[in-house]
Amino acid sequence: MRVAIVGVGATPLRSLSTCASFRELVYEAAVRAYEDAGIAPKDVDTFVAVSEDYWEGTAIFDEYVPDQLGAVLKPVHTICADGITALGAAVMQLQTGRFRIAVVEGHAKPSNVLYPSHIEAFALDPVFVRPLGLNPRFVAGLGMRRFLAERDYTELDCARVVAQNRRHALDNPWAAHPAAVEPEDVLASEPLAEPLKELDVAPYADGAVVLVLATEEVARELRDDPVFIRGIGWAQDTPDLGQQDWGRAVYCELAAARAYRMAGIRDPVRELDLAEVDDTFSYKELQHLEALGLARPGDAAAMLKEGFFSRCGQLPVNPSGGNLGAGYLLDASGLRQVAEVVWQLRGEAGACQVPGAEVGLAQSWRGIPTAAGAVAVLAR
Amino acid sequence: MSVHIRDYPGIPLKDRDIGEGRVLTTEWHVKAQYAWDTGAALSRFFRALKEGKIYGRWCPGCDRIVVPPRMFCEWCFRPTVRWVEVCDTGRVNTFSVSYVNWDASRSAVPRVPAVIELDGASPGMGIMHLLGEVGDTLEEILRRVKVGMPVRAVWKPPAERQGAITDILYFAPCRDEGATEPGGCGCGGAVGADRAAPTTSGTDACGCGGGEG
Ligand SMILES: [Zn+2]
Repeated sequence: MRVAIVGVGATPLRSLSTCASFRELVYEAAVRAYEDAGIAPKDVDTFVAVSEDYWEGTAIFDEYVPDQLGAVLKPVHTICADGITALGAAVMQLQTGRFRIAVVEGHAKPSNVLYPSHIEAFALDPVFVRPLGLNPRFVAGLGMRRFLAERDYTELDCARVVAQNRRHALDNPWAAHPAAVEPEDVLASEPLAEPLKELDVAPYADGAVVLVLATEEVARELRDDPVFIRGIGWAQDTPDLGQQDWGRAVYCELAAARAYRMAGIRDPVRELDLAEVDDTFSYKELQHLEALGLARPGDAAAMLKEGFFSRCGQLPVNPSGGNLGAGYLLDASGLRQVAEVVWQLRGEAGACQVPGAEVGLAQSWRGIPTAAGAVAVLAR
Repeated sequence: MSVHIRDYPGIPLKDRDIGEGRVLTTEWHVKAQYAWDTGAALSRFFRALKEGKIYGRWCPGCDRIVVPPRMFCEWCFRPTVRWVEVCDTGRVNTFSVSYVNWDASRSAVPRVPAVIELDGASPGMGIMHLLGEVGDTLEEILRRVKVGMPVRAVWKPPAERQGAITDILYFAPCRDEGATEPGGCGCGGAVGADRAAPTTSGTDACGCGGGEG
């Protein structure tokens, strides 16, 4: 059974969102999504939400999910994973045949978290890693070092990713962190966990994203231009920092293989019209491009430099600005990527529009210290 | 059945084994601290508490007044459209007598958490708070507190209020304990919406009309 996205709603992403509670943010995104889909919450059969208690500051956060989604006294399934994995959960629920319309929700208010690094540190292994007493950004430093060493890439190659994505975001009115940044600015920024520097890191943003999904039959009743989830996959590597494959994003390779197989994609570079790729750290975009088969190992940096992945290049990557330009929404980031791809495939991406886009990909990573990610292939 | 086992095999771990470092332990104090944005609805609610007022919001779809206020109605999903001041009196929906301290020791004087359905709000719109002036022993509390009992808020002195739910110290039994009908609490406070007041049973229950702040 095919499943389509029939409604997309989001709030503008901003560094601060002091005028709205998380409930009010989600309500705004939900109203936009339901209006976009032409439904009311009473039409929704099942809800899937992503949340992480420590980012919210409330234990058992799933209890707070229903009200602002219109999900009171309805089936709600809150999962602790990235947004595209939640999308997969909703797809599976619809494919059971027991539901016609599903909603996926994610939000982030990192501006309300006073010490985000301490939350990430709390995710480190309590016996082996936490006692070392390091700021958890070192995990990205380790990943970047090994990846650059294996590929013979440079910090400048990573800096070009930042410059491209933040410049892409200049055309995205939803983006929180557009900037005309030059690669040299990135190289000159504050070192965090060398070789990782401050501008290599996607800055946080507050915001909410809500998607409405439907089975094919219902989707065609609701609108003329449903965007189908043609393929989806997710995978997770060991959490052991001593044993991950630092040079490759294996989780992404496996998730992509599954999604491509479902979607019948054999040559992604030719068949995809655009991709929203996780760039939470600059080097991750290059690593993920290779894992997705959009560049051969060792080619990604040169292709990026030549403009292959720019918005007017052969395969536009992160035309929205990515997490670097739009802002890092924690686990809602994957849903933002999916929303951007849907807008692209409907021709509603405004100044970010990739002309004639018909097939798009969204790829998420759950951030440090995880090695977990998901891939979705979307098409009209 | 474990209840029949007198001596468990093995060596039990004692407090001092941990204290004296005889077993591997690790300690971590997570700096999980937050500055939550209360947002449009609760900001106004908390600000009003400083003035000794309790605000709800009125939903035009369900014709109900929700307290604590929210900018949307979770039932019909429409935006709530009007601020409504409700009474600081109400009725006990349910209560408990809490004896257990944080360390599981027994409190000398039990505390009495209760759900208070405020006069002027729609039925079922309760807020969580404490009851006070209801006695110090279980017997006394159970004699004096009943489900459905009318109560009134006892506020902190204005200078000490912080715009927090604790600006209300507790709810105490209404002095006139004969007041058993809704609206009979004699609060006489300013309740209801401004201008064309929405007519809800909740608003009228308290029997007082009044202006929005
Ligand atoms: Zn309503």
